Amino acid sequence: MTPLLTVHNLETSYGPVMALRGVSLSVPEGSIVTVLGSNGAGKTTLMRTLSGVLVPRKGSVRYRSKRIDGLEPDRLVGEGIVHVPEGREVFPFMSVIENLRMGAYTRRDRSALGGDLDMVHEYFPVLAKRRDQEAGTLSGGEQQMLAIARGLMAKPSLMLLDEPSLGLSPVLVGEIFGIIRRLNQEQGLTIILVEQNARAALEVADHGYVLEVGRIVMDDKAERLLASDDIREFYLGKAVDGSRGRRRWRKRKSWR
Amino acid sequence: MDTLQLLISGIANGCIYGLIALGFVLIYKASESVNFAQGDMMILGAFLAIALINTNQADLPFLLGLAIAGISLGVFGYLLDALLLRRVFGQPQLTMVVLTIALGFVLRFIIGAIWGHDPVGLETPMSGQRMSVGALTIPVVDAVIIVATVFLVAILWLFFARTRLGLAMQASSQNQMAAYYMGIPVKRVVSLVWALSGIVAAIAGVLFAAKGAVEPAAGLVFGIKAFAAAVIGGLGSLPGALAGGLLIGVMEPFAARHLPSHVAQVSPYALMLLVLILRPSGLFAQARQKKV
Repeated sequence: MTPLLTVHNLETSYGPVMALRGVSLSVPEGSIVTVLGSNGAGKTTLMRTLSGVLVPRKGSVRYRSKRIDGLEPDRLVGEGIVHVPEGREVFPFMSVIENLRMGAYTRRDRSALGGDLDMVHEYFPVLAKRRDQEAGTLSGGEQQMLAIARGLMAKPSLMLLDEPSLGLSPVLVGEIFGIIRRLNQEQGLTIILVEQNARAALEVADHGYVLEVGRIVMDDKAERLLASDDIREFYLGKAVDGSRGRRRWRKRKSWR
Repeated sequence: MDTLQLLISGIANGCIYGLIALGFVLIYKASESVNFAQGDMMILGAFLAIALINTNQADLPFLLGLAIAGISLGVFGYLLDALLLRRVFGQPQLTMVVLTIALGFVLRFIIGAIWGHDPVGLETPMSGQRMSVGALTIPVVDAVIIVATVFLVAILWLFFARTRLGLAMQASSQNQMAAYYMGIPVKRVVSLVWALSGIVAAIAGVLFAAKGAVEPAAGLVFGIKAFAAAVIGGLGSLPGALAGGLLIGVMEPFAARHLPSHVAQVSPYALMLLVLILRPSGLFAQARQKKV
């Protein structure tokens, strides 16, 4: 089966600074693929390039075997690729329901919106309760849920989820990841998940890529990455008693 | 009775200030910069309408002339953004401020070159007529201005609150990046806001010219007063812009009546300073910090 999305040798720069240095990955339909990496590894740049906000300098992105690199977001959202940006970027002075309607901006089938609102409210009951409240007055967790729900209103086949756990309490992180898994299983939504919370991400994902300074340095099935020594040491914060002991050439990462 | 008469004339003036202030706020919210040519766009609209409507010119029916002037300014606003201002997007805000100030000069010059520098009035069906309400005698023009403004504001409110494009304009101004991510064609939406502000400017210009004579240079002073109105209302709030405009419009005739003339002339700016000192974000500020 051909993958839903194939990225080949993608290079993206901010002026002279090269943020992606030849990234290739493939995302099978119906799967959750996670991209792990530390600050500045290029995760968000990758997401922005895939959603059309940034234009790559080299390489190609194929979606349903169609070239999509260089297309604008308004085209890509129409094609079914939606980007839920990090930091829950809601429209602060609009009500929750208006935010959700904006998610459906590119939709032509306006009559189906009512049903989709019900579907979204079923996953995020709190949004139904807060329907007419200004989005800027929601709590952080509710804003993150709104951002995801707004993305769902575009009826995507592929959702690019950037750091959904950022700044949320462990309980909320658990809740949001539970919903992500349900969306994948029940709606058949394909998801690319960028996360610093590597454990939570690997637990829901089917496949994981590790991005470091703009390159994919490792990729494997999620459960194998969870068990891998390197991942355990650098991304899960566990000490590994290997033959080299604690003296590694690089300091242990300490973001947790 | 005199007071009431002054009040009505002040409200009519204030409506026009308010409409121009509305244009300032629309652009401020969409492009995050101030369009200092707003007053000159109004005067351009006024002269276009005069050229279309007056009997010694094209002699078109009033409403037809108004519609053509409005559409022309709308197209002008759209193209101005799409062809010129979009190129300086991402530059410091000052770039666009300087650009629109320069544009104002160019517009004033062009208007003067085409239509001359003498004051001209717009001939309207209600020119010179007065009507009596009880013991009051008010110019019909003033009543028309007030009714037209209320009508226009109601339409704008419905547009922003109910239509897909209006909501997309709100969304783009509140969080441009998120709007872009959601597939809203932000650049086109911003250009359409410029078109809208051009239309509003043209209508304000027609109302202004219906009330008295206009000259090419009038846009500068009028624009700056309307800018003061927008600042008083809290730059970024549409109801605030209208309220600020009304405040200045009503204040002016009373100041002129009761204060020495040199003091009366600075009264709008004195009010702006006062508001900036006491409530720096304006009377109707829409401000909330983003939660992190």
